[in-house]
Amino acid sequence: MEVQQFYYDNKIVKKFIYATMFWGIVGMSVGLLLALMFLFPNLTDGISWLSFGRLRPLHTNAVIFAFVGNAIFAGVYYSTQRLLKARMFSDGLSNFNFWGWQAIIVAAAITLPLGYSSSKEYAELEWPIDLAIAAVWVAFGWNLIGTMLRRRQRHLYVALWFYLGTFVTVAVLHIFNSLSIPVSAFKSYSVYAGVQDALVQWWYGHNAVAFFLTTPFLGLMYYYVPKAANRPVYSYRLSIIHFWSLIFIYIWAGPHHLLYSSLPDWAQNLGVAFSIMLLAPSWGGMINGLLTLRGAWDKVRTDPVLKFMVVAITGYGMATFEGPMLSLKNVNAIAHFSDWIIAHVHVGALAWNGFLTFGMIYWLVPKMFKTKLYSVPMANFHFWIGTLGIVLYALPMYVAGFTQALMWQEFNPDGTLVYGNFLETVTQIIPMYWMRAIGGSMYIIGALVMVYNLVVTIKGGSKVEDELAEAPALIKVSKRRTAGETFHGWLERKPIQLTILATIAILIGGIIQIVPTILVKSNIPTITSVKPYTPLELEGRDLYIREGCVGCHSQMVRPFRSEVERYGEYSKAGEFVYDRPFLWGSKRTGPDLLRVGGKYSDNWHLNHMYDPQSTSSGSIMPAYQWLVRNKLDRSDIQKKIEVMVGLGVPYTEEDLANVHADMDKQAAQIEKNLYSDPDFAKSYEADKKYAEENGIDFIEMKDREIVAMIAYLQRLGTDIKIKETKGEISHK
Amino acid sequence: MLKFVKGYMETIDGVATYPIISLLIFFIFFAVLFWWVFTASKEHIKEVSALPLQDDEDTGNRVE
Repeated sequence: MEVQQFYYDNKIVKKFIYATMFWGIVGMSVGLLLALMFLFPNLTDGISWLSFGRLRPLHTNAVIFAFVGNAIFAGVYYSTQRLLKARMFSDGLSNFNFWGWQAIIVAAAITLPLGYSSSKEYAELEWPIDLAIAAVWVAFGWNLIGTMLRRRQRHLYVALWFYLGTFVTVAVLHIFNSLSIPVSAFKSYSVYAGVQDALVQWWYGHNAVAFFLTTPFLGLMYYYVPKAANRPVYSYRLSIIHFWSLIFIYIWAGPHHLLYSSLPDWAQNLGVAFSIMLLAPSWGGMINGLLTLRGAWDKVRTDPVLKFMVVAITGYGMATFEGPMLSLKNVNAIAHFSDWIIAHVHVGALAWNGFLTFGMIYWLVPKMFKTKLYSVPMANFHFWIGTLGIVLYALPMYVAGFTQALMWQEFNPDGTLVYGNFLETVTQIIPMYWMRAIGGSMYIIGALVMVYNLVVTIKGGSKVEDELAEAPALIKVSKRRTAGETFHGWLERKPIQLTILATIAILIGGIIQIVPTILVKSNIPTITSVKPYTPLELEGRDLYIREGCVGCHSQMVRPFRSEVERYGEYSKAGEFVYDRPFLWGSKRTGPDLLRVGGKYSDNWHLNHMYDPQSTSSGSIMPAYQWLVRNKLDRSDIQKKIEVMVGLGVPYTEEDLANVHADMDKQAAQIEKNLYSDPDFAKSYEADKKYAEENGIDFIEMKDREIVAMIAYLQRLGTDIKIKETKGEISHK
Repeated sequence: MLKFVKGYMETIDGVATYPIISLLIFFIFFAVLFWWVFTASKEHIKEVSALPLQDDEDTGNRVE
């Protein structure tokens, strides 16, 4: 057999490791800033691009795609080459993957704070960036599969299956969830509306967790834990079951994010059933990871790499036990919209993703720089402060979630809510937000110590060079050798067939859920009184999307007595048929807004946006003063309405012809309403006079953004509640 | 483009077969998976599970 010599590409791994550390610190710091905004709501007062609603998606995207994403690439590029005994297929593709990914992250870091957002969670980036993501992702997959085709190792180790599964599924999810019709370079409307948009979004959102935060990391676990412990995985058979059952079942579980929402019941129940089933493969995998350390537990006492990995796998076990529990409808009724979910995702992100990444980097860096870790005590310090940080983050959030959810539901004997004012339930849990911020700070301190420790290690090490390796070339398998081979053996040496089978496995669940919801009319009963938004309301809705209001306010009243009492009639599927995208939200830091229309006066909204604490003492909502000052950009409205018509929204020819006139009329009416408050009239007239006297351009109130926002908020939920609340509105 | 998103079918004919098909797919999937796993030979499993530990031999760096 001819032995071939080749070089492993270590430089690309090095680049991804640097990027992981850099973006990790950035993403976590934005998270800490957000945590502090719960305590000091006007911390970034008046700076629109540092407001909570715009930074929240930046935090989630930075942690998921920048920190975890780069860690995935670093781990995959290192292990794939070694498991296949081949250099990556193409250096060009490797570098395109690296620089393309960093460019996308930078684009996200610029556009999200500027308010260019689709508002669909973890898919907020607008369409040009979505296209770039698709291109870079395809380059990654091409490189991965190309390497497999040139491999010198016949059998594909299970870690590689996880990488392949990740590649195909993320591609499918990303493409179908991002389908939208562009209005301009940075604005588009989802091709799905309302309930369907929600189902597709959470099919994506849940599987972003599954196939971006879980499967690639399981692949990394199956490679790096055996490496660090220097022993093979506990049960390879179990890992096969783990892989196939996980990818097959995970894809069905998305609807558990929409329990008690307007999603058809059959889809909700399907999501619940598959979520419960997920417990089996998840725990199978966790046990497999932990038991790989059998006989090596003494090493866990001394080796920080293994310590991080043990806590990571434990975190995986905890989060994947909690997930199915949260999918039970009765548990979900309490947990949904509360801080319990925040605790849940942070156990996953901080322990599972964070700690596995740290363990992997602590193992990789000394190896690649051919040196020893600069300071083991420092790594141990990182481990302990990080672990304590996770505990101090998660526990208060559990308490906050329970406390607030129970307060939301508490009734007096006479049938009224004990805490009728939402704000009371918020002020109650402020101490928990303090503890969370402290826990998060500890975690970041640990990460900073790691960066220091590794920088010194790297400085003391030798330059990273491509590593020489040798292995015999793969010879064609003769028919005779494969006689009697099982299907299993065959598939394990066929990357393309394996990819195809994995794709089929993940498509089944999605198709069975999504196709009927989109195609069967009876799933979304229409309501005749529900009409499309007026142009001004549509602009207001787009401002609501720009400001990320959906990050703190839901628009989904669940059919519970406590919610109907607090917010009004529960949501119906037919109410959302013109909502592109849907804005149901997933967290209630503030109250639900579905039925806010007509509840307050126009002046109340203006004052509330300008200074939330003036209308609601103790509120933790930040001020949105720029909405009150800025001129509404109407330049795209005609195009927006046309795109909506193209998507099937029934605007008439007359509507299309009178877009601007309709807007002027509705805006003028709101301005008139605002004048009913003498304080407003006085200060507004004074501003106007001042501007005139000093020759400053003055923007009429009716042309400002706030008017569009008020138009939208006053419209919300009124299509089906006009009758029941008429009396109430008139006496206000 | 994408007209199907706005135009609904009134119904899918014979939608009742949907759950049955789903159950069958589900059952067959796991039956095949377990058959596959339990029929794999022991030596093969041992060989494949040792793959991650092999690469250091290729480059001459053994993990101590």
